[in-house]
Amino acid sequence: MINVLLITFTISLLYLAIANRLLTYIKIIAFQGIILFGVAFIELIEISVINLIFILLETIVFKTVAVPLFLKYVIEKNHITREAEPYVPNFVSLIVVTFIIIITFLLANTIADVHLKKIYFVVALSALFSGLYIITTRKKIITHVMGYLVIENGVFILSLAVGNEMPMLVNLGILLDIFVSVFLLGIFVNKVGDVLKDVNVDQLRSLKD
Amino acid sequence: MVVYYLVTALIISLLLFFNRNKLVNNILVSAFLVLQWFFTIYEYNHINITELGFFKPDALAILLLFTLSIIAIPAFFHNYSYIHKDEDNPKVRAIYYAAMVVLVTAVGAAYLSCHIAVTWIFVELTTLSASALIFHRRNTGSLEATWKYIFVCSISITFVFIGILFLSIALQQAGSTDLSFESLLAKAPMLNIFWLRLAFIFIFTGFTAKLGLVPMYTAGIDAKDKAPSPAAALISSVLMNVGFVGIFRFYEVITHTSILPWANHIIIISAFLSVFIATVYMLKMKNIKRMLAYSSIEHMGIAMLGIAAGGIGYYAAVLHIIFHSFVKSALFFQIGQVYSIYSSKSIYYVGNYFKYNLLGAMVLLLAFICVSAIPPSGLFVSEFMIFIAMFEANYLFVLIPLLILITTIIWAFGKNMFKLLFSPPVGFDEAAIEKVNPVESWSQLMLLGLVIYLGLNPPAQFVFLIQEAVKNFGG
Repeated sequence: MINVLLITFTISLLYLAIANRLLTYIKIIAFQGIILFGVAFIELIEISVINLIFILLETIVFKTVAVPLFLKYVIEKNHITREAEPYVPNFVSLIVVTFIIIITFLLANTIADVHLKKIYFVVALSALFSGLYIITTRKKIITHVMGYLVIENGVFILSLAVGNEMPMLVNLGILLDIFVSVFLLGIFVNKVGDVLKDVNVDQLRSLKD
Repeated sequence: MVVYYLVTALIISLLLFFNRNKLVNNILVSAFLVLQWFFTIYEYNHINITELGFFKPDALAILLLFTLSIIAIPAFFHNYSYIHKDEDNPKVRAIYYAAMVVLVTAVGAAYLSCHIAVTWIFVELTTLSASALIFHRRNTGSLEATWKYIFVCSISITFVFIGILFLSIALQQAGSTDLSFESLLAKAPMLNIFWLRLAFIFIFTGFTAKLGLVPMYTAGIDAKDKAPSPAAALISSVLMNVGFVGIFRFYEVITHTSILPWANHIIIISAFLSVFIATVYMLKMKNIKRMLAYSSIEHMGIAMLGIAAGGIGYYAAVLHIIFHSFVKSALFFQIGQVYSIYSSKSIYYVGNYFKYNLLGAMVLLLAFICVSAIPPSGLFVSEFMIFIAMFEANYLFVLIPLLILITTIIWAFGKNMFKLLFSPPVGFDEAAIEKVNPVESWSQLMLLGLVIYLGLNPPAQFVFLIQEAVKNFGG
């Protein structure tokens, strides 16, 4: 069951590479939240109940509902156009993300380690590098935030791999989620909209050497 | 004591945040400084006693805590002249002071923490508070700097977290789940090499955002340029030391494993590239504040080369970052006054500073001598020791290009600094300038004097603390 969920998560990364509208991105991120809920539920069933409830609430309430709704609100409030505006064609993005997945898969297969669940490693690293790729190839600031959220989802999966022995690390990952999403990106994306008319990376390019 | 300190600092910060009265503001800031010094001296008297299981004032933490407390006083003092001159609105001022208190507290706690996850939490907190300081001006430039700072720091903090996860995999295989530095040190020889390498790459890359090395140095440059000068002084001195502490403590673990030569190569590549990039940008730099920021990159590169060289280099690196903190904060405090005279940071529109502010010009001249590591500067001592360490470690092929680059940096730095001091500026109206109170330069003179004194004649206790800080290195 976990394998099915994690593979679905990887497929969602491919879909992210060819998605054209911002709304699709938001839906994918919400969908990933649901998958993480399932993975966390199956994987962490052994840890203490209160901690488990906390983690599950975070995935379902925060990752699946609150953050996507907030992103939607930011887009509407700042009148951001609905296109993702990538610098490269979607076809190229699809190829690149596929290669990322293949390379992490090959890398994971070189590890001779009985302790590790390799699929976590593959999915987490794929999400990490796909997120970085999305950040570097999309024009809008809001897509940068979304790329970052994908990275965070990857990190969450990786923390689940060690979650049973060290639940503290999963909690730390959640702290990272909440801290970055709410305090920094949330408040700040609003501020960007207040100062600048159209939220585009091009406007944040005057500081350079 | 750590609990009381953190709680009291938090309360002071909250009060500052809600307070709109100038007098109350000053009282609260003074109270915080008293608390900060009380806490520093308390920890000094309780060295190596673990508190709460997560905080341990070891020698390195004590040294950096003293550095922090010393720099915090002039930083808050210069805030006073900086903010009140500008007639900022009370709400903006309240946020600024509250954020600075949080920043100083978080930096102090990050030094003290002896658990890698706790260090990580406080590094996150420094990002939050520093970005509030950078955003102080609330214009497009500061917005861009803040956005870049937040984004790059968030990504690097995620990298550090991934590194911690890999480290925990390695640690579990060695039969432990305790991520404190002591336990890591004890288990170091048993850690799985593969996971340790991955952990080192990610943790090192993550902390370079704070330390200011290639590849994540970019965020810090814009931040130091756009932050108000007192805040920039903190960001380019004590906050960089936070990154240093993070890498230093993890590297201490690495020295007891077989991947030490590999890790040294990573550090040397990153540090040398940092010095190289600093040289290239300083040669064409026209903005004085950015030039100072790149100079910080250079010095951190030199310090990390000392770490990689080993031997006496460990000692010299700690010495170097302490001296660098004093000199660089003094320079930023003084540049704040330069900016208030010329209202420009561009090298074209400043100049003849000797004519307008004699004492300030003396400070800049002395600071230039200190930051270029020309005797009698303390940085000369530490840099010289780092060169010796690199020579002994047979890193001649790095040392020779490094010396050429540093010479170029001195030329580039000096060119701009002497332009600022002696050549007349373009189209500058003398009539409008106001008299600068010489009192505002005293703190800089004291900081620079401290660097010279500690370099020429280090007290026995100071030397002992640094030796204590580096005694756990193996390899």
